[in-house]
Amino acid sequence: MADAEQQITQDIIAARHPFLEAWQMFRQNHAAMTALVVLSLIVLGAIFGPMLYPIDPFEMVWAPFSPPGVDGFILGTDYLGRDLLAAIIHGARVSILIGLSAAFVSVFIGVSIGAVAGFYRGWVEEVLMRITEFFQVLPTLLFSMVIVALFGSSLMMITFSIGVVSWTAVARITRSEYLRIRELEYVMASRASGSTDAKLIFKVILPNALPPIIVQAALMVGSAILFEAGLSFLGLTDPNVVSWGQVIGSNRQYILDASYTVTIPGIAIFVTVLCISLVGDGLNDALNPKLRQR
Amino acid sequence: MQDDMTKPIATFENLRVEFQTKTGTVVGVEDVSFEIKPRETVCVVGESGSGKSVSSLSMMRLVEFGGGKLTNGTLKFTRKSGETLDITKSDQSLMRTIRGNEIGMIFQEPMTALNPLFTVAQQLTEGLRTHKGLGKEAATNRALELLYLVRIPEPERRLNQYPHELSGGMRQRVVIAMALACEPRLLIADEPTTALDVTIQAEILALIDRLKRETGTAVMFITHDMSVVAQMADRVVVMHKGKKVEEGTVEEIFENPKHDYTKSLLAAVPKLGEMKGKLLPEPMRLMGDENTKFKPLTGSNEPLLLVKNLTTRFAVKSGFLRRTVANVHAVEDVSFRLMKGKTLSLVGESGCGKSTVGRSLLRLVEPLSGHVSIDGQDIVSMSPPQLREARLNMQMVFQDPFASLNPQMVLKDQVADPMRNYNTHSGDALDRRVEMLFDRVELPRSFLRRYPHELSGGQRQRVAIARALALNPKLIIADEAVSALDVSVQAQVLNLMLELQSELGLSFLFISHDMAVVERVSHDVGVMYLGRIVEFGPRSKIFENPQHAYTKALLKAVPIADPRQRKSEKELNFKPLASPMHSLDYEAEPSVYEEISEGHFILTTDSGY
Amino acid sequence: MIILQNLLVRAFYGIILLAAVLVLNFSMMHMAPGDVADTISQSMGGADKEILDQIRADYGLDRPFLVQLGSYIGNVLSFDLGFSYFYNRPVTELILQRLPATLLLVFTAQTLALIIGVVLGVISARRPNGLTSHFVTLLALFGYSAPVFWTGILLLIGFSLNVQWFPVAGMRDVTISGNFWVHFVDVARHLVLPVITLGSIFLALYSRLCRATMLEVLGSDYIRTAKAKGLHDRDVVYKHALKNSLSPVITLAGLQFSAVISGAVLVEAVFSWPGLGTLAFQSIIARDTPTILGILFFSALVVIVGNLLTDLILRLIDPRIGAK
Repeated sequence: MADAEQQITQDIIAARHPFLEAWQMFRQNHAAMTALVVLSLIVLGAIFGPMLYPIDPFEMVWAPFSPPGVDGFILGTDYLGRDLLAAIIHGARVSILIGLSAAFVSVFIGVSIGAVAGFYRGWVEEVLMRITEFFQVLPTLLFSMVIVALFGSSLMMITFSIGVVSWTAVARITRSEYLRIRELEYVMASRASGSTDAKLIFKVILPNALPPIIVQAALMVGSAILFEAGLSFLGLTDPNVVSWGQVIGSNRQYILDASYTVTIPGIAIFVTVLCISLVGDGLNDALNPKLRQR
Repeated sequence: MQDDMTKPIATFENLRVEFQTKTGTVVGVEDVSFEIKPRETVCVVGESGSGKSVSSLSMMRLVEFGGGKLTNGTLKFTRKSGETLDITKSDQSLMRTIRGNEIGMIFQEPMTALNPLFTVAQQLTEGLRTHKGLGKEAATNRALELLYLVRIPEPERRLNQYPHELSGGMRQRVVIAMALACEPRLLIADEPTTALDVTIQAEILALIDRLKRETGTAVMFITHDMSVVAQMADRVVVMHKGKKVEEGTVEEIFENPKHDYTKSLLAAVPKLGEMKGKLLPEPMRLMGDENTKFKPLTGSNEPLLLVKNLTTRFAVKSGFLRRTVANVHAVEDVSFRLMKGKTLSLVGESGCGKSTVGRSLLRLVEPLSGHVSIDGQDIVSMSPPQLREARLNMQMVFQDPFASLNPQMVLKDQVADPMRNYNTHSGDALDRRVEMLFDRVELPRSFLRRYPHELSGGQRQRVAIARALALNPKLIIADEAVSALDVSVQAQVLNLMLELQSELGLSFLFISHDMAVVERVSHDVGVMYLGRIVEFGPRSKIFENPQHAYTKALLKAVPIADPRQRKSEKELNFKPLASPMHSLDYEAEPSVYEEISEGHFILTTDSGY
Repeated sequence: MIILQNLLVRAFYGIILLAAVLVLNFSMMHMAPGDVADTISQSMGGADKEILDQIRADYGLDRPFLVQLGSYIGNVLSFDLGFSYFYNRPVTELILQRLPATLLLVFTAQTLALIIGVVLGVISARRPNGLTSHFVTLLALFGYSAPVFWTGILLLIGFSLNVQWFPVAGMRDVTISGNFWVHFVDVARHLVLPVITLGSIFLALYSRLCRATMLEVLGSDYIRTAKAKGLHDRDVVYKHALKNSLSPVITLAGLQFSAVISGAVLVEAVFSWPGLGTLAFQSIIARDTPTILGILFFSALVVIVGNLLTDLILRLIDPRIGAK
């Protein structure tokens, strides 16, 4: 039951916050670190790309279906003669922007609902859980499609529609963490020493509930990107922006002649989401208390 | 087949076991040698980290599954056929014929030792079919025989039940039956009773002892509890930090310990009966402490805490609409008084309600009815802001040192937290008070900036005590505060608590299941069963002249740290612990007491025992 | 029969959920700008207010909201999901015609993903550093990160266009005639690529979860007891550990039904699979409200039924669920 009495030496060891220790563990995960580097490059490319490669993705710059490398276009042209590389660069912006914002919306809704449900229990929990189950039953893509079709396909609406159907996983995880932690003695001790409910929810329990939430949030960014790609593949996207899924969708009929117009944007999505998944896995390993020495 | 009585069944020779961890190689067992002969019980005793469990797992060659390696030494085992095997060189398929067949093992946690998805019969017959090749019917008959052997109530019924339908004690009996199924030569028991209640522990210990005598199996019994050693052992091996420090017969170890560690271990164990004739609690005489003087803990006769007719019940909700289908009568009509500067202990087994009383006093759970007044103010009827004020006077220390501190917060902040919440100190004054508290609980100031995971269990508990002291409360509720600590650490923390009581005039409500510890630290004692106090009075009267049937049963069940006072299974026939859950229409009777002598009360209402 | 009782309660609860779905969807359709009258007038090339009002009155769109909602729910209860403006047929008929194709795709993908996932998970848990385990890790990463429609297109390019092993689109070859088995094989051939595409995501999830759960279970106390009893490795793994690992995986599968349907929409689009997905897409574009509502209703129904099935299976495996 109790652990061994450690010989704590007199020399002052720097205090190590659990998150710092987690970062150390993360750094040792080569796959995750590589993924993080690649991701940073992608983000940098998205931010600075249009400045360094100032070709308009909507502009017809050459004949259609020019294969990659042949006429001086690194990635070739699509069915309308537009520069594919420009499309990829601009698409990165859209994907990342929507990925992050939609994930943020999901996490915000999910954590709020999960925390309140897990902390207060009783009828509050029942009601919130019924609402969560309701959203779980909805087929996410279909519902999102309906929202976008009805209310317009601006970037904001797309973000909102993705966020509003995807929060249930976060809510489940948050609630289960709150349920677990609120029974731990340090929470009771904090309550006994005069902490208010708000303090307990935000300052005592939340920091300890964060690890699985962070992991899930990272994965949500990836799944939001995939979600947006699905919507734009089907054509439900903002017509003023270029999105990777949309490139695949509009070039789809031409896979016989120019499969690269479909493969390349797909690779872009794939690599981005893959890196996010690897980072998410790395976070999971680093933050998982079972793997750490207690 | 002649059983050669002098040839040892199992031999450990210079065993060394190492583990590879992320931080490097850890030596679990450094150099251990001893023998186990037929028909004897060898108790391997030590605190956590001593390597006692690792040694036993090595004999079963199960350490490899936990990442361990036998880097040196030899393990020998004599089979039923008379042949002696070198365990260290045997391969896994040979070991599989030995495990469960010639060596049986039982572990500590009965709640998780059985596969939740299989019935008792399936799990009992598995070993029989694998090792003895019995058919289904023969195996089931033998399984029933075994259940009778371990004296489980209603054996036929148990066969088709699932583990979650059995209590902890019953599950442990099933585990013992499984281990003995194939009539092994050696039974290894790794802390088999540590997770069980006192009365059940007594029965299981006596059971193992009887089985040993009836079947001739040798027993290797691993424990940290010296009183259990006194009850069970023929010979004792004392281990410390991976090494064997002393070995001898049980009488030799207890009456004439040679090694310093053994001596300090014996000094730290509270022995039931030591306080006979003394009226007041005393700190434990640890090694090196023999000549220090202490101030007698007289306390005062002014009441600090008055509890009257306290009742707390928990609703059991079930079904789709979450309707209340039953109530758990956790605390039923409890009344007592706690004087200033004194310690009242509430003692009982699991489910008796003692922890719930503590939490009800602080209103961490809401009582159904009753009065609780501290220094004249009634807590139960207070509004939340008033309650918050009242909590300045009462603080709590919890059982689990790992869970009672926030893993994300620096220790300094955790001790400062109560003062920040109530704004009693700030700035420099706050810092200085925190430092002073750390000094008081004998923790170095370098710990101020550390995180809980860097400390050991005992150190964390000291932090918890410092936090409880922060607001200068008049009463501290210690809910099994030392139960999860090693023996020597436990003694230190108990002494610390007694010192603080003497210095600050603190009152303690000490909640525990450990009668020997309670005997040591209490002025007054309340024995609880099924939510009621069945007996209440000064410690000397309760321990020297128990009147209620349950108190007598408890005292009978507690193992005494004296090998000359062993109990036989005949004396240890306890009623199974009843459940405090009742249907909605159950009417609980009020608790009525008879005062036998001054201050000594016993419950006359039916307690359920 | 406690199991039956529980099932009925859950079914009842499912019906309430469905009703809530209906109400929500109906409300959403009404909140949106524009309605079917606008769509019709668009296809007519414009219309003036009188004609628009007439259309609205014809379709009952001028009645108060709650009345419309009430009459819609009433119709649903008698299996009348309305009439499609776009396809000119009763919605129920439309959906029932397409539903089997989607069900075939969804349930085949889920079942295969689950079975193969568990097998892979068990193998890689036994040898955590072996080939299968690494394969599972890679598969999980790829299956999870690649957009499902892209995977489908790649498979199409690879196996239908480059090497004509599998047909390019649709569920069956209308030119074929013959007995049941001929058709069975035909549909099966068409089913292969879509199922692989849709199943890949979930195979990734289930195999990883199974492996993780098995590893955790293999470290638990009762497995230690089983080893201490001297049981053979295969008994320990397949009998004791596996049974305990199934619950989380099956629970996850149950939770994934709505994701599977979402994936099916995209897969159907890629392979021109004649299911509800393509119908949904077309009717959303056409603002064909009754059809959209009908499809949402049915997909929610499929999810709820899927959950019930999962719950039933879980109760059969684990005696602790539903115990007092």
